[in-house]
This record gives sequence, structure tokens and C-alpha cells, in this order.
Amino acid sequence: MERFNICIIGGGPAGLRAAIAAGSAGAGVLLIDENDRLGGQLIKQTHMFFGSEKQDAGTRGIDIAEQLVNKVQGMTNVKVYLRCAALGLYDDKVLTVLHETKYRKIRAEKFIVATGASERMLAFPGNDLPGVYGAGAVQTLMNVYGIVPGQRVLMIGAGNIGLIVSYQLLQAGVEVVAILEGSPYIGGYLVHASKVRRAGVPILTSHTIMQAIGTNAVQAAEICALDSHWARLPGSEKTLEVDTICLAVGLSPLSDLLWQAQCRLTYIAELGGHVAWRDANLCTSEPHIYIAGDVAGVEEASSAMVEGELAGLAAAKSLGLARVDVDTAMSQAREQLIALRAGPVGEKIRTGLALAQMREDEQHA
Amino acid sequence: MLGTRSEIFSSGGKQKMTSLDQQIIICRCEDLTLSDVRGLIEKGYRTLDELRRISRLGMGPCQGRTCRPLVQRELQAGGVPMKSQSIGVIRPPAMPITLGAIADGSEEGQKDA
Repeated sequence: MERFNICIIGGGPAGLRAAIAAGSAGAGVLLIDENDRLGGQLIKQTHMFFGSEKQDAGTRGIDIAEQLVNKVQGMTNVKVYLRCAALGLYDDKVLTVLHETKYRKIRAEKFIVATGASERMLAFPGNDLPGVYGAGAVQTLMNVYGIVPGQRVLMIGAGNIGLIVSYQLLQAGVEVVAILEGSPYIGGYLVHASKVRRAGVPILTSHTIMQAIGTNAVQAAEICALDSHWARLPGSEKTLEVDTICLAVGLSPLSDLLWQAQCRLTYIAELGGHVAWRDANLCTSEPHIYIAGDVAGVEEASSAMVEGELAGLAAAKSLGLARVDVDTAMSQAREQLIALRAGPVGEKIRTGLALAQMREDEQHA
Repeated sequence: MLGTRSEIFSSGGKQKMTSLDQQIIICRCEDLTLSDVRGLIEKGYRTLDELRRISRLGMGPCQGRTCRPLVQRELQAGGVPMKSQSIGVIRPPAMPITLGAIADGSEEGQKDA
């Protein structure tokens, strides 16, 4: 059985930064990812990031991924296994994986779970017809594999994912017939909403999908307006001719490994579902398991990267492998997270995190 | 002994099932509809584990990643608040693995007895 100081599960923005942080502290690191390449969701993000310069504002997601991957590959003490899916995380610090076609065990002193999140489904008649996609899946199809999902798309959800994917569909020459949003407000950033509006795509707030219509695939969608109590407004039904329905209705943290390892989890709506309790260093109730990124609470890539760095540094420090500047680096990471979550945009995440944080007397030494 | 499919999922007529509910797929892997799930909750299956055991809900290839949040909402609507819902027991493997891979999975350099 292979042994490592630190094993990181998931090679997206959080896992990559965790690997770099732990590697720079001198730890023997294994980074695993189930895909063919590292980068997670970054590799399909062709748009530029917001935020401060420290968090790569103005850089495209795919370029951020390349920089991080180059760094990881330059570290001799960081090993990477691709096409390596985590199957089981056990309390004797063993992880079972399916690596290519081989079922194997890996032992590590610390694990950092950076598995991300999965797309939410919506319950409506016809939701199992071919042509109903998650918006993130459509983004992967187009930007990673160069495949357009259809010709006329209805987007459900006007959060950032729904807005950005709509714009990228337009860039790919696909018609976006409308963007529906159940709430009375557009959830995503105004700059993204303005872009699609300027391109002539209507954003219908207080609207929802009633059903997908089609025999062998989506041929149309029936939509309707909602009143202030989220009840359907009779008489507002409309049928849109579309061949693709994209769901951008939120993400759920992928916590399965944390459940298996019997970490203490709690349901926090603001963070997207069940998430692990954690101390200020992102260590869970199980002292050998850390979390970072969307699995710790659905947010965005900038904070995922900083969380990865914090968890990587903290896990290394707990093994006595600290860099000389570790305490400074960790408090800088914490400050960056506070800055990223400041203001009205970060209110929801701040509320959620306050509920997920262990009290002082519950924290690990 | 388990009953037939229609016995397991019938709601005893307590809850009104619309024909639309019967068309809404909640668990794609095991082909369970919204009316199946609502019928079971109505019958008194109040946790994800109980629902899983009686119906195989969430036990297919996706291991509940698609249906779980939808079922949690139905449980909440049925009177079980989100906060007090238990996810139940989640066991390895987190995704499907072939029997062949498990059979070949002995440690490098040593065959398990």
C-alpha cells in the first residue's frame, strides 16, 4: 500500500492550491482526480474572474488552472493520479480508489477532501427526457469537448452559472430563448445579466418551468409565472419551442466521503446542504480529515483556492512539516477569505459559515 | 415479505395523486416517481434510510446524488424538517466498481489469503 503524508481528493481549484501549499511545506503529497486532467471546473471557465488581484482577477479560469497545474507538476514531492476515483474513506486513515481499472488502497496521515459539488435537479414532468441538462454539464460539453447541446435553449435559473452559461451558449451560436428565475430577483452579478440582456435574451423573474414536452427528446417547454407566494399564476402559461432545457438551480456539496468517515455534518441551507463542521483551519470533527472548496460550502472558485491553501498549510503544520512562514501565510489566507466574503454579496455565506464553525472549546489543538 | 410494486407504492388513497405527479421522475436510476415517493412518505417512511430500504431510492449508479435533495424537500413537506433529517448510512463504494476490479484488488506484491 502506498503511503503519503497528505492525500488530497479532488484536483479542482481547492485541491490544486492545497497540493501546492502542502507540497511547499515539504509534505509527501498525493493529489487524485477522477478526470483525465486537473483543474476541475476551472478548465471550462473561459470568462475572466472578478475580485482582487490576489485572487487572479482579470484572468480566465482556464489560464488559472494551467498556472496551478504547472506549479504542481514542478513539485517533486507532489504525486498526481488522474482517472483515480475515491471510493471509500475509512477511519484507519485508508482511502480506497479505482485508479484506471485497478482497485487499490492508499494510506495517508491527513486527507483533504476537495470533492466539490454536484448540480441540483428539478422535479417537473419530462425532466428525464433527452435534452434536459445541468448547466454545468452543458458548459463542459461546449468548452471542454466542443459540442453544442442543441439549437434553442431554455435556461432555468438566473444565478451566475445560468447567466454565464447562457452567454457562452450565445457565443457558440446557440439561441437562448429565455432565462427563467423563480424568485423575483436575478441572483447573479448584474454585469453578467446585462450582457445577456443586451444580446436580446429575456430574463423572466418569478417564472418557472411546468413541464418539458416531447416524445423521444425535448421539443418544447411549458412555463408559467409565479405569484409572491411561489404559486402558479393561472392563465400565465406559455409554450416555448426549445430542444434543450438547462438547469442552473444550485449545487449540493459532494459530502459522501465525509459521511462514510463519520465526520459530523449539519444541514445548512446557506451552504447548499449538508456540510462538515470545521475548525478555523478547515479540519473536520475527524482530526485527520480537512475540507476545502465547494464541499465545505458552495461558493466560488476564488474562495475555494484560498480555502485549499489554508487547509494545505494547516494539514502540513499538524504533521510538524511547517514552512517557517506558516503562521503568517495562514493568517493571510484567513484575511483573504474575510475580504472575499465581505459586503452584501457575501452575507449568505457568512451566515452559513457561522453555523458550520466549531466553537472555540470544540476545536482541535 | 415485500409486496408487489403497486402494494408498496399505493398511498391507501389518503393523498390525492395527480397524473402529473406520476410522470415526474425523482430517482432516475431506480425509476421512482414523485407520486411513488409521496405515497411512501404518506405511509410512514420518514427517513432516507427507510425510503431506501423499501424502494431502492438512491441506490443506483448515481448513489442518490440526483434524487437526494428532491426527496429531502418532499420529506420536509411531509413534516420532517430539513435540520432533523438524517442522511442515513452512506457506505463505500461511492461509485460503481466492477466485481473484476475488486477481485484483482489484492495488494501489490502480496496476495490476500
